[in-house]
Amino acid sequence: MSKKILLDQINIPGIKTYEVYRQHGGYASVEKALKSMTPDEIVTEVKNSGLKGRGGAGFPMGLKWSFIDKKSGNPRHLVCNADESEPGTFKDRYLMEYIPHLLVEGMITASFALEAHLSYIYIRGEYMWVYKILEKAIKEAYAAGWLGKNILGTGYDLDLYVHVGAGAYICGEETALIESLEGKRGNPRIKPPFPAISGLWANPTVVNNVESIAAVPWIVNNSGAEYAKIGTEKSTGTKLISASGHIKNPGVYEIELGITVYDFINSDEYCGGMLDERPLKALVPGGSSVPILPAHLIYKTANGDDRLMSYESMSDGGFASGSMIGSGGFIVYNDTSCIVRNTWNFARFYHHESCGQCSPCREGTGWLEKVLHRIENGHGREEDIDLLWDIQRKIEGNTICPLGDAAAWPVAAAIRHFRDEFEYHVRFPEKIKNRDHFVAEPFEKVRHLVTKETV
Amino acid sequence: MNMQHTNNTHYTQIINITDNLMSRINELISHYPADKSKSALLPVLHEVQDAHDNWLSVELMDKVAEILRIKPIEVYEVVSFYTMFNRRPIGRYMFEFCQTSCCCLRGVEDLMDYTCEKLGVSVGEPTPDGMFEVRGVECLGACGYAPMMQIGDYYREHLTKEKIDQLIDDCRDNKINLY
Repeated sequence: MSKKILLDQINIPGIKTYEVYRQHGGYASVEKALKSMTPDEIVTEVKNSGLKGRGGAGFPMGLKWSFIDKKSGNPRHLVCNADESEPGTFKDRYLMEYIPHLLVEGMITASFALEAHLSYIYIRGEYMWVYKILEKAIKEAYAAGWLGKNILGTGYDLDLYVHVGAGAYICGEETALIESLEGKRGNPRIKPPFPAISGLWANPTVVNNVESIAAVPWIVNNSGAEYAKIGTEKSTGTKLISASGHIKNPGVYEIELGITVYDFINSDEYCGGMLDERPLKALVPGGSSVPILPAHLIYKTANGDDRLMSYESMSDGGFASGSMIGSGGFIVYNDTSCIVRNTWNFARFYHHESCGQCSPCREGTGWLEKVLHRIENGHGREEDIDLLWDIQRKIEGNTICPLGDAAAWPVAAAIRHFRDEFEYHVRFPEKIKNRDHFVAEPFEKVRHLVTKETV
Repeated sequence: MNMQHTNNTHYTQIINITDNLMSRINELISHYPADKSKSALLPVLHEVQDAHDNWLSVELMDKVAEILRIKPIEVYEVVSFYTMFNRRPIGRYMFEFCQTSCCCLRGVEDLMDYTCEKLGVSVGEPTPDGMFEVRGVECLGACGYAPMMQIGDYYREHLTKEKIDQLIDDCRDNKINLY
């Protein structure tokens, strides 16, 4: 068993309730922080831990905290991003549903470190029952004196509330989330100013992912240096990975960063191997936005080293032969899946979720979807493949927020690694009429039909 | 109690802001600083929608604007942006199937076809009695428990044809909890 720091107590019966959570050492970090540490000491510990933001971008959390403007004297806010909507990702939901007090405890300790007196958890609207679980947990924390005025007699005040979204992927982007929290449409803001200077109601604000905040109590209790000993040198700590797709045991796993991808997919402790023992075809390691990897680049990097579950190994080779660990949405595909269909599926998602502010993204995502749809349905033309490449290149980097990049990357990677499959769709439309076309006849068997000649 | 019948949109809706609902709204408003009550808009709309057959008429949106002391347009623009707010009456039991990648890998498309056929509808149209509606939605964050759908506030995961048959029967027998 590898080290667990977030989910080590998840199987204790009743850990959802305050009493049981407290009996097992819960809220110790709040006591320690408020009574014996200064806010800056906590920020230093988090910096020392090397913890990277677990929402997807992987920005060092301590550094993000140190940017918050404490000079202006404006009220500061901590906002927890629980708008988990990246396809393939369902880790935060698991944490909030089964051990909600861990997040509440993390929010109190982190708010103290940022000297915030009003903090929010922004949860996606579809997680309505989790919203109720969190509201209950917060109520219990108020009743026990961990929230409200003069916590533990230290003079520190904190109010914490849950805010519920209403079904918009874009609100996972931190400035869109802030807009949404202000009761507006979720249109991302132009940066700078960054939220650390001007965020919620123009006050200095830090937005952190659920998993990042849930790691704070452990860091405060055990020190940042101890946390940095877990994992690898550049990827410290543990990470929740939500595994789905064609594997035997889909679910949420806490891993120590640095285990091999091979072990993660095949060991019984984690995914338990491929479903029905079918061969592995592709992997999306970090949520739908990150580049898809073909079979030969999953267990080994382009250099022939073992591919590890860590930030640096997953991105080894850049986008040419690597990907990203992203949000930890680990989607496994076997040989019956169609990469074109899957790419179309992702393109439809991004088209649906584009907020419509920037034209490259608003028009480009719809165009990508349309072209992919016609290739998948047997009406594609040879030049469509280059057209897709052209469109995605013009979206990437030309939008206010990263949704444009997120829509472009999966298309680019699919063409980069699976171009022959696109060509097959264009050249043999009669063979792909059925939407399960690779179930009876996996692409490996029909690949020879696509000649090597370039288009 | 404020009862009002509206007829200046294509559909009509009885607006009924009960005392219970109003006190919940006030509680939600209290979560934000006094001059920032607009921030409560999304949570308030959820509560109001749940209490009004899961959809929001123009009149109901105007009412929300009045309660939060904001302009009606500020409510309309938000309602039209977020997918969870419905601007027309919908089936009482809305089967919202997740149709993003991981659920597709596990066969959600076949299940949607099966459900539509069984109910005799196509995606996005309610049954004539207003009981059911099938909709495809984007990722609901249950990829490891695919295929799945959402009915009301709750998820139904690891779906099979048998489970769907059972769910439809349970809905007809009024055994399904929506909120």
